[in-house]
Amino acid sequence: MQLIPCPWCGPREEAEFHYGGQAHVAYPEDPSALTDEEWARYVFFRDNPSGPFAERWSHNAGCRRWFNAVRDTRTHDLLAVYRVGEPMPEVTA
Amino acid sequence: MNLRTGTGGSIDRNTLLHFTFDGRAYTGHPGDTLASALLANGVHEIGSSVKLGRPRGVVAAGSEDSTSLVQVEAPFSEPMLLATTVELHDGLRARGLAGQGRLAAEPDPARYDAKHEHCDVLVVGAGPAGLVAALTAARSGARVVLVDEQNQAGGALLGVDEYLDDRPSAEWVADVVAELKSTPGVLVLERTTAFGMYQDGFVLALQKRTDHLGFAAPAGVARQRVWRIRTRQTVLATGAHERPVVFPDNDRPGIMLASSARTFLHRYGVLPGSRAVVFTTNDSAYCAAIDLAESGVDIALVVDARPEAPARLAAECAARGIEVRAGQVVTGTEGSGRVSAVHVGDTRIACDALLVSGGWNPVVSLFSQARGKLRYDAELGAFVPGGELSTVRVAGSATGELDLTACACQGRDAGLLAAAAAGFTSGGQVPLPASDSRCTARSGLVLWRVPGDDDASFVDLQRDSTVADVLRATGAGLRSLEHVKRYTTIGTAHDQGKTSGMIAAGIVAEALGVELAEQRPTTFRPPYTSVSFAALAGRDRGDLHDPVRVTAIHPWHVAHGALFEDVGQWKRPWYYPRAGEDLHTAVLRECRATRESVGMMDGSTLGKIDVQGRDAGKFLDMLYTNMMSTLKVGRIRYGVMCGVDGMVIDDGTVIRVGEERYLVTTTTGNAAKILDWMEEWLQTEWPHLDVHCTSVTEHWATIPLVGPRSRDVLAAVAPGLDVSNEAFEFMTWHDTEVAGVPARVCRISFSGELAYEINVTAWHGVAVWEALMAAGEPYGITPYGTETMHVLRAEKGYPIIGQETDATVTPQDLGMSWAVSKKKPDFIGKRSFARAENNRTDRKQLVGLLPADPGVLLPEGSQIVETDRLPEPPVRMLGHVTSSYPSAALGRTFALALVRSGHERIGETLYVPVEDSLVPVTVTESVLYDKEGARRDG
Repeated sequence: MQLIPCPWCGPREEAEFHYGGQAHVAYPEDPSALTDEEWARYVFFRDNPSGPFAERWSHNAGCRRWFNAVRDTRTHDLLAVYRVGEPMPEVTA
Repeated sequence: MNLRTGTGGSIDRNTLLHFTFDGRAYTGHPGDTLASALLANGVHEIGSSVKLGRPRGVVAAGSEDSTSLVQVEAPFSEPMLLATTVELHDGLRARGLAGQGRLAAEPDPARYDAKHEHCDVLVVGAGPAGLVAALTAARSGARVVLVDEQNQAGGALLGVDEYLDDRPSAEWVADVVAELKSTPGVLVLERTTAFGMYQDGFVLALQKRTDHLGFAAPAGVARQRVWRIRTRQTVLATGAHERPVVFPDNDRPGIMLASSARTFLHRYGVLPGSRAVVFTTNDSAYCAAIDLAESGVDIALVVDARPEAPARLAAECAARGIEVRAGQVVTGTEGSGRVSAVHVGDTRIACDALLVSGGWNPVVSLFSQARGKLRYDAELGAFVPGGELSTVRVAGSATGELDLTACACQGRDAGLLAAAAAGFTSGGQVPLPASDSRCTARSGLVLWRVPGDDDASFVDLQRDSTVADVLRATGAGLRSLEHVKRYTTIGTAHDQGKTSGMIAAGIVAEALGVELAEQRPTTFRPPYTSVSFAALAGRDRGDLHDPVRVTAIHPWHVAHGALFEDVGQWKRPWYYPRAGEDLHTAVLRECRATRESVGMMDGSTLGKIDVQGRDAGKFLDMLYTNMMSTLKVGRIRYGVMCGVDGMVIDDGTVIRVGEERYLVTTTTGNAAKILDWMEEWLQTEWPHLDVHCTSVTEHWATIPLVGPRSRDVLAAVAPGLDVSNEAFEFMTWHDTEVAGVPARVCRISFSGELAYEINVTAWHGVAVWEALMAAGEPYGITPYGTETMHVLRAEKGYPIIGQETDATVTPQDLGMSWAVSKKKPDFIGKRSFARAENNRTDRKQLVGLLPADPGVLLPEGSQIVETDRLPEPPVRMLGHVTSSYPSAALGRTFALALVRSGHERIGETLYVPVEDSLVPVTVTESVLYDKEGARRDG
């Protein structure tokens, strides 16, 4: 049972959290201006790196806040957590 | 045959325990395991093997044994236990197994629970290294938890008669344990096996609290407890397991690990037999030979595989008249059941026990589970911890070190470092004990197997997996140990690689001609020892398995004989059978009463979300496919929500309560999901919007009052409300009083009938329900459940999200283009509606199906095909039946279905395979009852 450091509540067990996929995938400004392919990239395509990955988490069974985390997908180590709207911090895996 | 020694062992010889095994009565003593008591009675044969039916006995003294499988029958039936880990108690009834047990048919009356524990330093293993580590950390002021599998501390010391610092080792152990137990902040857990090690210092341990008490176990005390330990630092002092050598017919009862035989002698006062042969590759088995000889066992021969026997130990053997043959190996055994003779080259030696030592495997399971890297130690012939972990340290023979003082020194270092890493640096030095042991296990020979009959040379005795099986795997081209493990099943089940894993790795490396150092060892996974599901479930069984949610009106439903349906965690009335009614007849009656007069149901489980804020309308415009910001206060609109992919995720009504306030309803099962969905968008995409959402599902009791006489009933209980169609229009709401309490009444309908949804605070739910029942009595008001609700809505073609839809259905597929705004510039899902995929004409669309035979009920989930005869496979499936019911209103059966190009197929005949026949069905519009909507206004 991994500990996830919620930026609002501190470290809590992973069972309290809900995963939200890749972070920094903004809802397009004007979806109608996008081609089918561009829209499909927004809807269906996500990165799948081996290494640091910025992703969204929600502290569902706690403060219910969404936040972002950088996780090393090889080890599950959380390298950084930061609040929504903040830029992704530099991390060393 | 009595093989109990006259003195010694930590058993209480003054107390007799009676037990039965395979139906025969025996006695033992407190302190015995079932295995030691059986061996003392001369019973070596415990059961038989799972595939080949060969006799199986006791190979090891502890949890590393994998062959002494028993079924405990009393006090409570429990399968697949190892006799070596079952503590003897009075009245124990057990029998040996043929490799497989059976689960108890009746529920386990024992209680199991779980406890959380937090500490600075967790020490696993209470042998010399673990005890010193725990004491060192404890003296520094750290919170320490020490867990140990055995019923007493000491570890390997329990199986020897050595002295520490010129006194019996038990005294040293007792002193350390006494200090630990008297130190505040230290928890010592006996009979507790750390079986899983996870991220961030999370360790699961199983404590057997009352198993050893048997029938005397106090009621109300949890039999077993799962400790969920969260620790900053861990010291693994998990010891080492002796490794056997594989040779032909190495699986007979009476063939045992040498150190285990020594443990049976010193801990339990039990001899492995009367005449034993010892086969070793290293020094440690000499100790067993000498100790057993001094206890009266005739050691017929010590066979040392090394070219030369160690001079000092050989001399000690000679002094006791024990013959030692170096440079030789055991090449086979004889015996029907128990071993009766051993072959050493051409020599045949009669014996009733063969004690084997092939060296030592450090117990690295937990270290490996914690993602520690392993390294092959060629001198030891074993994988040892090979990499650093910042929060996990290994000490003692788990590192490969086998000298006692050196092990204790590692324990001290690990204890100091762990405490320091957790922030505790004060503390005195713990003195290291010195042992008088005559043996060390270094300078051994690494020998995996003696060549011979590969089919009779067993690598994993529990799985009946042989050298031939391993060679078959490598012969089939498998090169990785992980693959060989899966191919042969070696190291699965109880063994988990404890005794077989290293040998299998060695044989694979030999067969492939590669160095073991280049082989990646198999990954150890939890659990280290078997853990029952009952223990893992703990208290979360029966009523506590999952929360049960009931509505405020639930007691009334129970009192009136409702049968319930589980909808998520909710208990919803399914139908209310009268005497002699089954589901079918009750639902037909409920439907008819509702359509012809008036019915009502408990709709309280419907999800309700209060959405408030300046931007609430703007927000809902983005979430729903239709416009909500234009809804006037006092009015209600039905809405559909889609994902960004344009697929329907939920539907419900939206009530505009005020200028900046809406009440949104969701389907029962989606309430939490939709609240999450709203929060996700608000927090991650539109934090600038001034909107707040909160769940109010349980605040309200919600009662749909449905049917042509519903207006009369409502008028009777809401005298202040003008219920006329003009004053109270469809899709509007009014705050009023119903049965004397404040109520919000909405005119919405999920059945096509004139209907009102009465909402009162949950507190008043039962009173209002009862008032409605009383007021409706003249009209034969009928409470109905979810089944009738489903039929009524299906007759009107109203989809249920999650029943008619999966994650691939659009509003257009459901025939709900009318609910999709053309005006709004954007909403979630809109862009996807323009995708080519969404505009295919052969999408599956919601239609009605009328079986040609009006009495045939199509099974839900049935496939739909085009022809009246099935062509050769693959058969093209056009879709499937999503809902299917008999209908009182239609006087026949009907169904809803998703069908390719369904809207274009209306009028066509299609076919539904039901059992062996193809049922012809006519495709219709999804609305089958009151297409004009004439009944809506009563």
